Amino acid sequence: MSPVRAVWLVARRELRTRLRTRSFLIGTAVSIAVLIGFVLMQSTLFGGERVTRVGLSGQATGIARALAEEAASRGLDVEVSTVRDPASGESSIVDGDLDALVTGAPASLHVVVDESLDENLRRALNTLVQREVLRAQLASVEDLDPDEVLSTVADATVDVRALRAPDPTHDQRLAMALVIVALLYLSLLLYGTMVAQGVVEEKSSRVVEILLATVRPWELLAGKVLGLGLVGLAQLVVVGGAGTVLAVVTGVLTIPSAAVGTLLWGLLWYLLGYLFYATVFAAAGSLVSRQEETQSVLLPITSVLVLAFVLSFGLLTRAPNTTATAVLSVLPPFAPILMPGRIALSVSTTWQVVVAILLMLGSTAVLTWLSGRIYTGAVLRTGPRLNFRQALRRP
Amino acid sequence: METTRPALEVDGIAKRYGDVVACDGVGFTVGPGELFGFVGGNGAGKTTTMRVVLGVVEPDAGAVRWAGAPVDRAARRRFGYLPEERGLYPRMRVLDHLVYLAELHGFTTNDAHRDAERWITRLGLRGYRETEVQRLSLGNQQRVQLAAALVHDPVLLVLDEPFSGLDPQAVDVLSEVLRERAAAGVPVLFSSHQLDLVERLCDRVGIIRAGRLAACGTVAELRAGSGSTLVVDAPAARPGWADGLPGVTVLGVRGGRTRLRLADGADDQPVLAAALATGPVRGFTHQDPTLAELYRDVVGTTS
Repeated sequence: MSPVRAVWLVARRELRTRLRTRSFLIGTAVSIAVLIGFVLMQSTLFGGERVTRVGLSGQATGIARALAEEAASRGLDVEVSTVRDPASGESSIVDGDLDALVTGAPASLHVVVDESLDENLRRALNTLVQREVLRAQLASVEDLDPDEVLSTVADATVDVRALRAPDPTHDQRLAMALVIVALLYLSLLLYGTMVAQGVVEEKSSRVVEILLATVRPWELLAGKVLGLGLVGLAQLVVVGGAGTVLAVVTGVLTIPSAAVGTLLWGLLWYLLGYLFYATVFAAAGSLVSRQEETQSVLLPITSVLVLAFVLSFGLLTRAPNTTATAVLSVLPPFAPILMPGRIALSVSTTWQVVVAILLMLGSTAVLTWLSGRIYTGAVLRTGPRLNFRQALRRP
Repeated sequence: METTRPALEVDGIAKRYGDVVACDGVGFTVGPGELFGFVGGNGAGKTTTMRVVLGVVEPDAGAVRWAGAPVDRAARRRFGYLPEERGLYPRMRVLDHLVYLAELHGFTTNDAHRDAERWITRLGLRGYRETEVQRLSLGNQQRVQLAAALVHDPVLLVLDEPFSGLDPQAVDVLSEVLRERAAAGVPVLFSSHQLDLVERLCDRVGIIRAGRLAACGTVAELRAGSGSTLVVDAPAARPGWADGLPGVTVLGVRGGRTRLRLADGADDQPVLAAALATGPVRGFTHQDPTLAELYRDVVGTTS
């Protein structure tokens, strides 16, 4: 039997065993549900920005259009309604159906609110009142058209020159970056841990002795890493794909090509990161003989992953393009989580990505060699937990 | 099937674990179609020897040969192995598991399925084809483990304690299977603490003590020079009645029957006379020493 067939048989067993388990299906479904929840939350935050409901009563009903325009210029979204009876308007405020009730003549408006008046709304109303007062003052001056003066004043604005074009899609890109960072962190942690648990399961159930009487240790290790890696990849494709489609369909993401790009880069970095971490997880797992000891022996590795995740989240939100961030995003233990986030934010340069990938591949080769030796030396030695030196010594 | 029937040769295997000597020059041959019983106390080196044969343990010295050539991976792939520490995936279903192992031993998927089903039926596991291994009773898990050792039609069987944990019915089935495999020309090496079973089943027996093969041969060969066993049924005899008789060792007394070991060439008539002197003698029978008795002679009663 060729090594390829042996590796494939082992990998196929992992695929069948995992894809059929309830926990895999539930895990995938829950991940999609969480992602849907995130997308819907984003869509209400982005799309349905907060609307301020203003009730107008009496003479104040005349300012409806001017108020809407003035508020809009301040980035405030108001919904204006007419209230016949000021008393019922007040009770609407108490009930929370209205945010503000405006009464009185345009030149001296009265506002009733529940607790405090929104600052932007206050300024908008102040402007309307001041304009009305000014109109009355101008009207007393002969040979002057108040509207003409007001329009001239309104046209006089500052001229703004931006040094950098604003990126209207920055919020969307940040959301994508954080989602891909979270997905990669979870995938690497979950499937890395699964590799280790699989190794410990084989060791603790002693099935490894039968297996190694017919396949080589590296074939068994390679098959396990390959099989679980494919399961993880499938899950990431399904969850990421569903999330992307949903986000584009609901309009949360208006940049579908960037979303697809982020997903594809994410899948590439999953493969690179998984290969980097998986054999290390396997080597660590091979040192122990009981499932209870797995967590403690994996702690150093999972800590690095947690650190990479926390750093990525903070740096991408606050300082995605500083030198320190760029350096971290190139270093192998952090790159698989941080770099795809920076790519999603489109703050990484081509050479940074190339260097990161090359460093990843180089360090993965070294780690695979070392882990393979540890695994081979340790996997048949049951009993108390081994240290690295014992494992590296040939049995 | 090969036309030249190969044999397993174990030649001077030595293995130490730190200060512990597991094997110290163990050597024997299991010929084609031969059932070879491997007996010895706990820690005597049986398991280490078997693990060396399967390549699971690298020996410090010595060699294992199959059909005259050093055992390589291709040869081992056709061996059937039942390890001392049972090992199966706890959450895998019986049929899937056997198919998987047969495939790992080089079977195509179709052949693997056919043979897995065949052994499931043979070993009485039909009702558990789709059951997870961890849900089976220990005895049934043991049957699955046996099926795992047999499923790829091995050319050599190496079974570490195959009978432990089996009910009498399964013991009969397994004995029959082992005889049948041997009849097909397969050398069968197995260890057991059930010496009566080994005696009944095996063509040859190896007794291992402290990492060395203390005795090896057919049961008849092992008996040579160890005299015979005399069972005397003298109900009225008092304990110690046979003490001091020349060439006689008392093995045990139970219900008026005394088992004696009579050294080679010793005369049995003085024993009969001594027995008659105690009162009536209802039985006076010569028996061959059992393997258990021979084993105690070799190993000593302490182990």
